[in-house]
Amino acid sequence: MKFVKAFFSAGITLLLIWVLKTKFGDIPPLGDFLNPATGFWQNAESKNIIPTENLRIKGLYDKVTIKYDEHRIPHIFANNDHDLYFAQGYVTAHDRLWQMDIQTRSASGRLSEIVGPKALEIDQYHRRTGMVYAAENALKGMFKNPVSRLMVNAYTEGVNNYVHQLAPENYPIEFKLLSYAPEEWKPINCALLLKLMSETLAGGSDQFGMTNNLKRFGAQAVNDLFPDYPFHEDPIIPVGTKWNFKPLPIPKPSAGFLAQMTENIKSHEIMDGVGSNNWAISGSKTANGYPILANDPHLDLSFPSIWYQLQMSSPTVNVYGVSLPGSPCIIIGYNQKISWGVTNVDADVLDWYQVKFKDQTKSEYWYNNQWNKVKKRIEIIKVRGQQSVTDTVLYTHHGPVVYETESKKPVGHHGNIPVGNAMRWLAHDESDDIMAFHLLNRGKNYNDYRQALKYYSCPAQNFVFASSDKDIAVTPNGKFPLKFKDQGKFILDGSDPANDWHGWIPAEQNPTVKNPLRGFVSSANQSSTDQTYPYYINWKFEQYYRGKRINDKLGALKNATADSIRTMQMDNYSILAQDVLPAMLNYLDPSKMNRDQLEALAIIKKWDKRYDANSTGASIFNKWWSKFYDTTWRDRFAVKDIFLKAPSYDRTEKLLLTEPNSNWFDNMHTPIKETCADIVNIAFNAAINDLVRKYGKPGIKWQWGVVKKTYINHLAGLPGFGSGEFSAGGTGGVINALKNNNGPSWRMVVQMGPVVKGYGVFPGGESGNPGSFYYNDMFKTWKHGKLNELLFLNSATESSGRIKSTLILN
Amino acid sequence: MSFLIILILSFACGFFLPWWVAAIVAFLAAFFISKTSLQAFCSGFAALFVVWAVLALLKSLPNENILAGRVVQLFPLPNNWIWLLMVTALVGGLVGGMAALSGMLLKKAFK
Repeated sequence: MKFVKAFFSAGITLLLIWVLKTKFGDIPPLGDFLNPATGFWQNAESKNIIPTENLRIKGLYDKVTIKYDEHRIPHIFANNDHDLYFAQGYVTAHDRLWQMDIQTRSASGRLSEIVGPKALEIDQYHRRTGMVYAAENALKGMFKNPVSRLMVNAYTEGVNNYVHQLAPENYPIEFKLLSYAPEEWKPINCALLLKLMSETLAGGSDQFGMTNNLKRFGAQAVNDLFPDYPFHEDPIIPVGTKWNFKPLPIPKPSAGFLAQMTENIKSHEIMDGVGSNNWAISGSKTANGYPILANDPHLDLSFPSIWYQLQMSSPTVNVYGVSLPGSPCIIIGYNQKISWGVTNVDADVLDWYQVKFKDQTKSEYWYNNQWNKVKKRIEIIKVRGQQSVTDTVLYTHHGPVVYETESKKPVGHHGNIPVGNAMRWLAHDESDDIMAFHLLNRGKNYNDYRQALKYYSCPAQNFVFASSDKDIAVTPNGKFPLKFKDQGKFILDGSDPANDWHGWIPAEQNPTVKNPLRGFVSSANQSSTDQTYPYYINWKFEQYYRGKRINDKLGALKNATADSIRTMQMDNYSILAQDVLPAMLNYLDPSKMNRDQLEALAIIKKWDKRYDANSTGASIFNKWWSKFYDTTWRDRFAVKDIFLKAPSYDRTEKLLLTEPNSNWFDNMHTPIKETCADIVNIAFNAAINDLVRKYGKPGIKWQWGVVKKTYINHLAGLPGFGSGEFSAGGTGGVINALKNNNGPSWRMVVQMGPVVKGYGVFPGGESGNPGSFYYNDMFKTWKHGKLNELLFLNSATESSGRIKSTLILN
Repeated sequence: MSFLIILILSFACGFFLPWWVAAIVAFLAAFFISKTSLQAFCSGFAALFVVWAVLALLKSLPNENILAGRVVQLFPLPNNWIWLLMVTALVGGLVGGMAALSGMLLKKAFK
């Protein structure tokens, strides 16, 4: 009996330990996670900083000195380029290892390995869109260039040096929560990261929706509703800029394309509002006579931040700015001669081609009047706690057939991807993009800038530039396929070689402008050029709202300082409201309004058209416009089981302002014929009723900062690890494009001059560790629209009160 | 006595051995030293409770508890880091107490 008791007790103890060491679903092994010796408590960083630390590191050629400032931003001083990129890899891994791991895992379709079958769908999507295939090709391109090879290899060594010395108790907390271990970094991971950017910024497509539109509404309606140039525009390259080159012959449209566009034939959607701002003003408009450059890229905001700030110095370079954790070089930044920034171009570099297979085996496809071999790529996806999943992806010469049959396409996702089509995507091609950044980091003048851009391929960016030589420039830049007009607006017939891309726009013929008369350059993702540019880049770009506001402001600007430019980055004025509000108010009929509606009307009549956090007018207009837009198009374009693309805000504006009796205003589902005035009134009614239902009578709860939900989540969406909801101004179409969890991911202003001065901030902190004081220490500064003065050291020995500690790698 | 021994040994090996080794320490200490089952359980529980709480605090206090304050929100607990400290100490205590009790009961079985 005593033994039974003893064994029973011992059994319970063992069971308890087993339970504490076992992962149940998403819950980590609690004993491993909670125990203070190796669990999460170890990730709690002390507030006390060690002032000087020496580390013995294998693989360095020479001593590296890293100075950390008050925001824990590293300032790296190396004696050669190998050591510089080694150290960049090392410090980035130190601060952002889990982010680097999860992002490259996601890109390569390996999330299921750690989180199980729930990530299978996203993994399959990344495998089937050829992300790894793309990264392999990119790596080939980088390794052909000894300079890029050195950077990637040294960076990789640096990351791995950190990974190898990392004891389990020091793993970043997310590894402990998901209970897996960091693995070795590989050079291909650097490429995967850039592919992830291509996916975000140049991985969308409207072709499927547009093709369905064409079948449903016919060519005439589609040409009318989806024009190749917007109603309102203020292009990046100023209107009237002359093209001083002789263009290549433009390819002829294929026979199939022409037939499609003739009326008698019956037959990851692009996200609006994703974009960025940048501009540079010439010395004639600034207080100190030298140019000022500004950039704020809008991306999904997260903790840890998508950017990592640092200064990098070696005998060949001394540059400050932000990098992408996982990739060498500074992506956006400045040195003592030049500064540069980027926004997305929205070039059409992803096209879908219909594939005709010979038979069910799908081993041959019809192209150029013969059967061609399909290449098959086997993808094995490891799944935690389950058998691996094997997937075969078919590749034509265009690229992968993402979903061969309807049954392979996940329900409710990727509605914009056409079944049975091959994907031609520029990101799949060999490229050496980081060389562009290598050269920009070292750039001294305008010619260096132009030289650097030639290496850049995808995702195409509007590179803005300013130099201490007082030059400014902007170049919508990347590798642009040579196409016939509208090639890729609709799905293409993959059997006709005339539908293939026909080569490339020569890099030096990419649109560009240097020192324009108006004294400034800018970009906000709108049309690259006016309609005189000889080549086709895309039929649609982001709408002109931010671009127009920026150009209006810069046009009037005098004696600008870094601080006045900072204020401009926080501008909430809505050009959309300026365009449409007077007309909408004109159509309103107050005679049938109730008290709340009358009160709302009084508010919006007085509204200053700014999306400020405390503005109630902004909430009313926002709701009203979106109801107006929905009510106008929903009956035609929100059709069950058919993926259609609705017209743009710009086209809707044109309808409102110039076609009040258009048939499109008529709701097909009602017996009467509605006009613009009806829709404006219906929309106002619905908008105010909505607001009253959600927020009560018009009042303080109607403030835009409350109505618009703004938040920054942890990358894995862990509660308590994000910012929580906060009140903030701004919205998609204003300069301060902060909306929900998307917005200015880095704000930078650089004042050029004999001594260049940079200012910048991102929402978050340098450290990816939620147990660090530097996890979100810059968030408040960012939220309040302030910038930090960036510390640029000329040498490792330059003293500064802002340097808090020194790390020496030997 | 066994409380102190478990406390010192599990504190010491907490730095370089896996956390569950503390269970072996408590088990052996109780087997050789403890007098009664209740005393064994209590000293094992109290020792590990204290060790885990102290080790956690040594990390958490210089951190001004910002990490614990975040992590506690992942658990179905009130939003205060103290609760996470209590749960942590409780888990350690349970393991220590049960292991010590088993050691004591085994000794009794052999008597």
